Amino acid sequence: MRGVKNMSIFGLKDLGTKIAITALCFSLIPLIGLGVTMYSMFASAYHSKVRANLITLAENKRQGIDLFLREQVSQLRTIAHSHSVEDLASQEKLDNILATMQLGSRTFIDLGLINEEGMHVSYSGPYNLSQANYKNEDWFNQVMVRKIYVSDVFEGFRGFPHMIIAVKKQERGRVWILRATIDSDIFDSLVRWLQIGDGGDAYLVNRAGDLQTRPRFGNKSKDIYASFLGSPFSGAKATEFESQKKKIFVGGIWLEQKDWLLVIEEDMRGELQPLFETQAATWAVVGSGIAFIIIGTLLISRMIVVQQERSNREQAQLNEELIQSSKMAALGKLAAGVAHEVNNPLAVIREKAGWMRDLLEEEDVKASPNFMEFEDAVNKIEQHVERAGNVVHRMLGFARRMEPVCNDLYINDVIKQTTAFLDNEIRFRNIELVWNLAPDLPTIQSDASQIQQVILNLFNNAIDAIDRNGHITVTTGFEPESEMVSISLRDDGPGMDKDVQTRIFDPFFTTKKVGEGTGLGLSISYSIINKLGGSIRFESEVGLGTEFVIHLPVKHHDRKE
Amino acid sequence: MTEKNNSQIAPVHTGPTVLVVDDEQDFVETLVKRLERRGFKVEGVGSGQEALLMLGKSSFDVVILDVMMPGMDGIETLREIKLAWPKTQVILLSGHGGEEMGMRGMAYGAYSYLLKPVSLKIVVETAHMAFEEGGFR
Repeated sequence: MRGVKNMSIFGLKDLGTKIAITALCFSLIPLIGLGVTMYSMFASAYHSKVRANLITLAENKRQGIDLFLREQVSQLRTIAHSHSVEDLASQEKLDNILATMQLGSRTFIDLGLINEEGMHVSYSGPYNLSQANYKNEDWFNQVMVRKIYVSDVFEGFRGFPHMIIAVKKQERGRVWILRATIDSDIFDSLVRWLQIGDGGDAYLVNRAGDLQTRPRFGNKSKDIYASFLGSPFSGAKATEFESQKKKIFVGGIWLEQKDWLLVIEEDMRGELQPLFETQAATWAVVGSGIAFIIIGTLLISRMIVVQQERSNREQAQLNEELIQSSKMAALGKLAAGVAHEVNNPLAVIREKAGWMRDLLEEEDVKASPNFMEFEDAVNKIEQHVERAGNVVHRMLGFARRMEPVCNDLYINDVIKQTTAFLDNEIRFRNIELVWNLAPDLPTIQSDASQIQQVILNLFNNAIDAIDRNGHITVTTGFEPESEMVSISLRDDGPGMDKDVQTRIFDPFFTTKKVGEGTGLGLSISYSIINKLGGSIRFESEVGLGTEFVIHLPVKHHDRKE
Repeated sequence: MTEKNNSQIAPVHTGPTVLVVDDEQDFVETLVKRLERRGFKVEGVGSGQEALLMLGKSSFDVVILDVMMPGMDGIETLREIKLAWPKTQVILLSGHGGEEMGMRGMAYGAYSYLLKPVSLKIVVETAHMAFEEGGFR
């Protein structure tokens, strides 16, 4: 019984784990999949959105820079064409022109007129360049060919980075060049204007990759925009760049007015902040979902296991009862069959012995010297037939399915009457009866003689167990909620070991000496109490004694089988 | 078990006539002899059919009938007897036992129900009582 119980509990633990694992798999995998998919889709959408923004920004900014350059060039051209060479060559007039140009913005730092030989004819500005000869400068040659020239940033004669715009003017068969310097600070700030985010940056590089404006954060690695260099392309491109320090988005677009590349950097962390927040939120939701599911699954599987355990236990109990009652039924059939088969020969033996006794009455036999021996033998035969017949009848009594006779009984009286049979025996063995009877017991509807038989059985067993010098405690009580009367019989005998305990209700199981017990007492008691709608159970401990407890219903219900 | 007093009497059939029906040949044989010795006029047969034949030939006051027999069983035989010879008293005898069977037998008109192995004294007493109540005197 214990082994079976343990086994079933082991099985159930397994079951609980299986349920939990299955439920977790089926709920966690989709949840995690959903989280990952949603996040990665959102991330890629957000990335392309950021790139698109960057491209739009680059295009807008390029337009601004192109416009600025175009304006400066056209302003210089207007001046070149609207003033005569005499005006421009006059220092005073040139100063006036520069002052006028600087009224709107201080984009132009200086203005100079240069003749064919590359020498300044006039110069207005902060530097002293009257002795400079530009004849061999690259830009000088370029402007002679192209009429308009916008330079890269270079140091030139001033020893200071600057850029110039030069236009060619032809008058009276001679060539002049009007040259202006653009304030690189104003140009720098124009380029840097409209940065995005704290870590963003914008700057220009020429085809060789040299910086043309000062970036906000110095020391740009060429690698950042290396992929945009080479031949100019139309439109803007965006890419991602990762250095040891940080990840950035890089946008590049070529200017129309000059072969410069506008590079725009955006700090990825700043741009992607909402994405990171989304990521954190996603993980928080998924994580708490997982926690909920795990707790829920464990609770449910625990509940299932507990439920299953309970029903297993009930099933086991039911099975035990079924086994016990089917044992009884089988024994009943067996007993009836055996009784018939044994009783007939017994009857014949008895009649034959009787016939012998009849013949012994004859005068001539009485005279026989062995008459006493014959009579004794016949007596013995009859005596033992009687004994065998009693055993068979007891078996039959057990097998019989008698409907109990129902009367109103006061159980304390029934017990007292029963023990009256045993008074002598108890006194003889020096056993003390301890009475612990509840005075306010209700009467019960039951079969007095059958209950007496059970009580007698239990008393006999208790007395046999104690043998000599001990106590038998009889307790009665009423349990109102179940409407049951309880009878308890406790002895302080040697108790029973586990092996005996599992078999005491089995028919023909006895611990008594051969001939003393039939092994049917408890098994009959079990079936009687069962039939009366009650229950019988016991507790026993080796060395301490045994207690039998009977519960009988106050109202009799027929137990249908 | 004292049956000594009436045993000196030789088989003189002054008492009631008895038919013993049982499939156990030895039992019938011995019971017949012993009852004859106690003043009954006794016949023995081995089955229900034979019992009915025998009853057809001559009348009996009391039938001692085994319940468990192959072929026609005791209860069936009892019903036939009670239909044809309602005044004949029937004592059922069974090795099988069971109150239920006894109750059924009584319901069909048996006088009494005895369990095997039974002492002859009881059989004799019951047969006398049955005969007296049967009103054959």
